[in-house]
Amino acid sequence: MTEKIKIKELERVVIRFSGDSGDGMQLVGTMFSNLSAELGNEIITFPDFPAEIRAPHGTLSGVSGFQMQVGSKNVYTPGDKADVLVAMNPAALKVNAQYLKPDSVVIIDTDSFQTADLEKALFKTDDPFKELGLNSVQVVAAAITQMCKDSLEGLSDNKQALKSRNIFALGLVCWLFNRPLYIVEKLLTAKFKKKADILQANLLVLQAGFNYGHNIHASISSYRIETISHKKGFYTDINGNKATAYGLIAASEKAGLPLFLSSYPITPATDIMQELTIRKELGVKVIQAEDEIAGICMAIGASFAGNLAATSTSGPGLALKSEALGLAVMAEIPLVVIDVQRSGPSTGLPTKSEQTDLMQALYGRNGESPAVVISAISPTDCFDAAFWASKIALEHLTPVILLTDGYIANGSSAWQIPELEEYPEIKPPFVKPEQIEGWTPYQRNPENDVRYWAIPGTEGFAHRIGGLEKNSVTSAISTDPDNHQEMVILRQEKLDKIANYIPLQEVLGDEDADVLVVGWGGTFGHLYEAVQTIQNTGKKVAFAHFRFISPLPKNAEEILRKYKKVIVIEQNLGQFAGYLRAKIGGFNPYQFNRVKGQPFVVARLVEEISKIINNEL
Amino acid sequence: MSSEEKKYVAKDYKSSQLVRWCPGCGDYGVLNNLHKAMSELGVAPHNIAVISGIGCSSRLPYYMNTYGFHTIHGRGAAIATGVKVANPELSVWLSTGDGDCLAIGGNHFIHAVRRNVDINIILMNNKIYGLTKGQYSPTSDRGFVSKSSPFGTVEDPFRPAELTLGARGQFFARIIDTDVKNSPEIMVAAAKHKGTSVIEVILNCVIFNDGINEKIIARETRSDKTIFLRHGEKMIFGKDNNKGIILDGFELKVVTLGENGYTLDDVLVHDATTSDPTLHLKLALMDGLSLPAALGIIRDVTAPVYDLEMEAQIESVKKKRTERTLKEFLMSGDVWEVK
Repeated sequence: MTEKIKIKELERVVIRFSGDSGDGMQLVGTMFSNLSAELGNEIITFPDFPAEIRAPHGTLSGVSGFQMQVGSKNVYTPGDKADVLVAMNPAALKVNAQYLKPDSVVIIDTDSFQTADLEKALFKTDDPFKELGLNSVQVVAAAITQMCKDSLEGLSDNKQALKSRNIFALGLVCWLFNRPLYIVEKLLTAKFKKKADILQANLLVLQAGFNYGHNIHASISSYRIETISHKKGFYTDINGNKATAYGLIAASEKAGLPLFLSSYPITPATDIMQELTIRKELGVKVIQAEDEIAGICMAIGASFAGNLAATSTSGPGLALKSEALGLAVMAEIPLVVIDVQRSGPSTGLPTKSEQTDLMQALYGRNGESPAVVISAISPTDCFDAAFWASKIALEHLTPVILLTDGYIANGSSAWQIPELEEYPEIKPPFVKPEQIEGWTPYQRNPENDVRYWAIPGTEGFAHRIGGLEKNSVTSAISTDPDNHQEMVILRQEKLDKIANYIPLQEVLGDEDADVLVVGWGGTFGHLYEAVQTIQNTGKKVAFAHFRFISPLPKNAEEILRKYKKVIVIEQNLGQFAGYLRAKIGGFNPYQFNRVKGQPFVVARLVEEISKIINNEL
Repeated sequence: MSSEEKKYVAKDYKSSQLVRWCPGCGDYGVLNNLHKAMSELGVAPHNIAVISGIGCSSRLPYYMNTYGFHTIHGRGAAIATGVKVANPELSVWLSTGDGDCLAIGGNHFIHAVRRNVDINIILMNNKIYGLTKGQYSPTSDRGFVSKSSPFGTVEDPFRPAELTLGARGQFFARIIDTDVKNSPEIMVAAAKHKGTSVIEVILNCVIFNDGINEKIIARETRSDKTIFLRHGEKMIFGKDNNKGIILDGFELKVVTLGENGYTLDDVLVHDATTSDPTLHLKLALMDGLSLPAALGIIRDVTAPVYDLEMEAQIESVKKKRTERTLKEFLMSGDVWEVK
């Protein structure tokens, strides 16, 4: 090592892998984030892929990206802009130019930056960097394809060499960040354990990429990210959809009830179903239903039969499920409905994320039809949110809609494997034998207005329920006007009383500030990073990020009224702000709304919040 | 389970609710026959779940002293699937009609049948929408005049048997609403069949479609216009029991025994258990005009059952993997320790 090596010591660094959707960018992105997590870094990842499985090769529409922020601490987002970009073709460079810091390192495969490739990406000249105005970036122009071919000569055909380009790039990035190769080697060995020849090719190419970096080291910066150990324990890398699936399993163990899920494949929620259906050794029952409606209806049937029942979907699917959700409200049965929100309306931007289903979750049903709505705030929080959704559903005999979103569903971070003993009990209100005399299905516990649950097979409690209005005392079908009014109010009160059983709202940042930032759901990381950035400049700002939406935590109103100025920031046109206005008389917050299908940009949030603090708005 | 040993009688399955179908409705017959069938099966009322959608037929669960769930229009098959898969120990029934099951619920119906979930579907086919007061249904004949087809329909109906067999159904039977003698026996057979059973009940709506089936099932003509099929028995019918069904080339044909040289030996023997549905379909589609309408169990074939297959798969995976809790599973994966 000579003195010429430029090593940047950084607390946090943002890396973006980008290429054709068939180039294996998600794979190498995941591997690099896993190895960083294993080395003790905090990580947040953001896979950004097109809806097309394989768009035409080399075109702008086919670009698939994987961004991550790696750091020693305080990593809450995948980062606004990249320090390092791997662009496997000109289209990837063009699409990602907007996400680059001025002095970033850009690694390109020169073999795929030929005239024809540039034309496919609609470049007009043969200098894509100049054309994009990228004048200050450090370019590593490597003949990756050729080097892959060379290192596999006599071993594999050219096809395999082309497939290994991503691994070469990974090797190069590992060198750039002073990462040892043994973890990637371990991950590759696990992935290709049944394909010895592919494994061997990948290991060779990985080393070749690393060596290449070593040989050119004088010409570019390399990075060293400080690593500090976090809390003791066992960790794994997890994304939001997996965490959601595991949260349901945890709740079923805690409640002592079998877990049942029925869903219809829909982006970006499908992974929840796939993650559960493979867990047969844990006894999970999963049906891939014939449509979204069957998905929720089978779950309703399973709930009626006494299982912890759930269905997972995204916005368009939730729309199809709304009538059945009303049945679950009316029949008062436990049900967890997970909506991994994506950009709408209609088919919208299926692989992109936003928070536009809040109103649908709250109100998208016929009649006065109150349902619990909660949200998950980060990939790992999906575990706790799914657990809470199940707990509320089972203990209060109500449907619960859990809102996650495409961003946290696919984004991942390191997760400490939880100790279930530390989670609260889940105790469904099953009927007791001593209740048998004069029992009817809609008798309630006056404390929380929850009815008692008699599941088929329980002797002496055979009963009929359904979507028709029932008499509040006898539980027989009733069309009595006063009874209906009473039942409508009762169902709402039952929901409102759940506020007594959920945690109080926390305030982060400076509680004594004048300005309160309010968010909900998957935007927590970006908002928190923005709040901390502002605090680091010496200004005061408070931050309340809501997980529980309907009902709101008991102290929500007190918090929201306490601050001189409140700004509600969300990825829609103001759905949560509107809901808060309706719930809290006279409350009129500032709003910041962006609906681009992309995560917030922290710098933009800082700017907007600062305007409020500085009285510029 | 002392309750399992108890002898049940029909009234043990009858709820205290006042039955509110129109006087003379065919649904009454179905209800009484079902009470009787359940007492013959001897399953305790609390181990039975009767599911329904929306429509006249879907009121039935309220009149049963079992667990019951009156759900939403067309979705009964999906909900019943969930009930059965969640707890295969339960005896699960679906009470539905031609509108509920074959129009709005058509998709759930064919997929339940295709999966072969062990549920018993009683499909009350009166070829009309009753609860919305007289619109044509997906089983109404072409040209049928109703409030929503004042000049007659210009579409062909579904034939439930065709749909069931097309969806690879393994049990299909047909009964007449008023047939007190045969109905309980058929319902018992449907319940005992492992997999989805479909019983089409030819049913009379006294208000909106009265007498529509009379040309076939009227007492004076019924024995000539229908044939009651029994597995292993010759397909003979008629007032004088002298008509038989034979296979003439690829077509079914009615012959009179003793005429034109036909004897009992020429007459087909009903095999409900053969897995090839071709002949079952031909029999089920006999329309009561040139060929007698088939009643009884037309198809009863053993095939893998969804809810049992799922449990078997869980058991087989459990043999291969040792993890039984979430914690054990998570720790078996790609985990690193921070010390």
